[in-house]
Amino acid sequence: MRTFNQELKRYYSFYTVGFISFVVVLGIAEKMGVPRLYIGYAFLAATILLYAGIGIMSRTLDVAEYYVAGRKVPALFNGMATGADWMSAASFIGMAGGLYLQGFDGLAFIMGWTGGYCLVALFLAPYLRKFGQFTIPDFLGARYGGNFVRSIGVIAAIICSFVYVVAQIFGVGLITSRFTGLEFEIGVFVGLAGILVCSFLGGMKAVTWTQVAQYIILIVAYMIPVVWLSINQTGIPIPQIVYGGQLAKVTELEKKLVADPKEQEVRKILADRGKVATDKLKAGAEVSYNADKTALQAKIDELKSAPTPDGAAIQAAEKSLSTFAKDVKVYEGQLKGAQGALNAGGRVNPAIPHGTPFVGVGKTDEEKQKSSDNKRNNFLALVFCLMVGTAALPHILMRYYTTPSVQEARVSVFWSLFFIFLLYFSAPALAVLVKFDIFTNVVGKAYADLPQWVNAWQAIDKTLLSVTDINKDGIVQLAEIVLNQDVVVLATPEIAGLPYVISGLVAAGGLAAALSTADGLLLTIANALSHDMYYKMINPDASTTRRITISKIFLLIVALAAAYVTAQKPGDILFLVGAAFSLAASAFFPALVLGIFWKRANKPAAISGMLIGLGVTVYYMMRTYPFFTNLGIPKMDLWFYIAPIGSGVFGVAAGLTTMVVVSLLTKAPAQDVQDLVEHVRYPMIKGDKMDTASQAI
Amino acid sequence: MQLTEQHHTYWRKNLNITAILLVIWFIATFVMAFFARELASINFFGWPFPFYMAAQGSLIIYVCIIGFYAYYMQKLDVEHGVSEGASE
Repeated sequence: MRTFNQELKRYYSFYTVGFISFVVVLGIAEKMGVPRLYIGYAFLAATILLYAGIGIMSRTLDVAEYYVAGRKVPALFNGMATGADWMSAASFIGMAGGLYLQGFDGLAFIMGWTGGYCLVALFLAPYLRKFGQFTIPDFLGARYGGNFVRSIGVIAAIICSFVYVVAQIFGVGLITSRFTGLEFEIGVFVGLAGILVCSFLGGMKAVTWTQVAQYIILIVAYMIPVVWLSINQTGIPIPQIVYGGQLAKVTELEKKLVADPKEQEVRKILADRGKVATDKLKAGAEVSYNADKTALQAKIDELKSAPTPDGAAIQAAEKSLSTFAKDVKVYEGQLKGAQGALNAGGRVNPAIPHGTPFVGVGKTDEEKQKSSDNKRNNFLALVFCLMVGTAALPHILMRYYTTPSVQEARVSVFWSLFFIFLLYFSAPALAVLVKFDIFTNVVGKAYADLPQWVNAWQAIDKTLLSVTDINKDGIVQLAEIVLNQDVVVLATPEIAGLPYVISGLVAAGGLAAALSTADGLLLTIANALSHDMYYKMINPDASTTRRITISKIFLLIVALAAAYVTAQKPGDILFLVGAAFSLAASAFFPALVLGIFWKRANKPAAISGMLIGLGVTVYYMMRTYPFFTNLGIPKMDLWFYIAPIGSGVFGVAAGLTTMVVVSLLTKAPAQDVQDLVEHVRYPMIKGDKMDTASQAI
Repeated sequence: MQLTEQHHTYWRKNLNITAILLVIWFIATFVMAFFARELASINFFGWPFPFYMAAQGSLIIYVCIIGFYAYYMQKLDVEHGVSEGASE
């Protein structure tokens, strides 16, 4: 094993050096005048070919290699693979921007997406490794007995993984289309090809070694711009240590900028526009639309019939009529936009200080206190859901089946969190550094000399970044900037004054993050269908070749289905991700943890607990989340003011309670099940004849 | 399958360390966040203390919890004869 481990280290060191040289060569090519578009293509083609190459080199027809990489992955490398598997497009591209926009309250994602690994380490990883089959439904099926529990596991695994994979493929489409100019839909399928070649040929084995390669790309791509920005601002290349000082400066600037009379003027204009829009919406969109249109026409007529017609004024009035909303629907959208403009993209009113937790809003002190308490409770609920969801998402838990031993599984959770930590403790630093830059280099500058990157990103897409002179004073005020959270990471190389090749590198990093997560998720879904449903329930006599073939067919079908759904551009991606965590937490966590730590937990309890937990979460989302209530499902009041993204709190509580109560009311499980529990609790028991690991094959 | 007194001691010690680490995890996460407003005036090397904890401090504690658990359990495995390297 040691030699294999050393060989891997040598191999990936060569790879890292090779990758860095590739970036340097492209950097030189850029200096020599190679157009940017080609650099974008070079990154896209090189990385996807690389992943495909690893897939071809790791192709396999062995069942254990296909499902669990032959259980040969050393702790360190499994940690890297888990890191890439874990960090999605949302972590890489969206998170720092989310922190930029939300300040302290956004840190729920940082804590939630790391602290969950404590639960994985203490409650699950070593025991699942000792059990050692292929999937999470495998464990549920063996521990609670029968295909019914397994089926619930399969369905829950498919729901949460599918929701999550759509979000990843969306990220792939976004990056490829932005950096290569391909259509969004074509970008989706190019990315998909990269995922498929890899997992199709080598299953878990190929996915594992690709994920290690992807981790290296994504961490290099994330660190270079942050470090450079930190050198620019503080002269010290370790942003994570020094950004406390920058945060203090940002807090000072916030006070000054918000108190500026010009800033107040902009906010007043936006508030007034919002009020007008609200009134018009109240009067009915169609009525207001017709009234506004008639008024414009009337004005033109009036100008024309004046004794001495003013040509310029007529032209201006005609222009405003021709650019007026072309139908009621567009008009209504504009009004709604104006209504929310005061709180759009970082333009929060009143401004929230970056470092202050749970800022309450309201007219009286009592209202403020109440809204602040609600924010705190939602923060705690979100952290809880993300943590418990982490310890329940099948594509992550599955990774701990691939280590050579129980002890390696424990160490591997350590490496997983360590590698995730490297990115997660840099994201809050990046948010603060970018905020400082925008406060000093954009706000207060004349529109004529905006930094070059602001103009460049505005030109690409107004929804990503737009700076408009609302009070017409020619100077940028804070509330005149609207930015989308994705732009923070994507624009950092330009903010830091780095060459375009680093922007390409960041895009390649985002692509690696999205592809690696999508890989793991697609494999989870295909395995649930081929291994748990087909082999364990429909055709237990299937030959190993047939099982792998079936798995590949499912992989293809699921991938195409996910790409199809993604191409429809379903709404709120962040909500989808949050929903996946709440669903996984309430379906799996109670059944898995009680299954290991409480021998008394039995089959009726698992069935009712999983169904009720999942049911409560789905019910709460359906009745409170606007997407569903707009479809005609009756809306209900929030429980304890917890937002729908935190619905897992209720689901997990309901699932746990149900399991305990039902277990105590029904018969204790049979002796062989209790023996199984003992079996997974100890890494090795002398004289233990049970061998759960080989039963999967 | 025969479990000895050794095994029961092993499992009890495992539960103890799991509980202790879980309490630390709970304090670093939920107790800290619950009192974030009250702690906000404390300055920690330039950061407001709760901001530092949520952005970095608690993460370091998580990494340490997992690292310590892996180290402790390996020792416990060997001491109680349940380590995978031990002969049958």
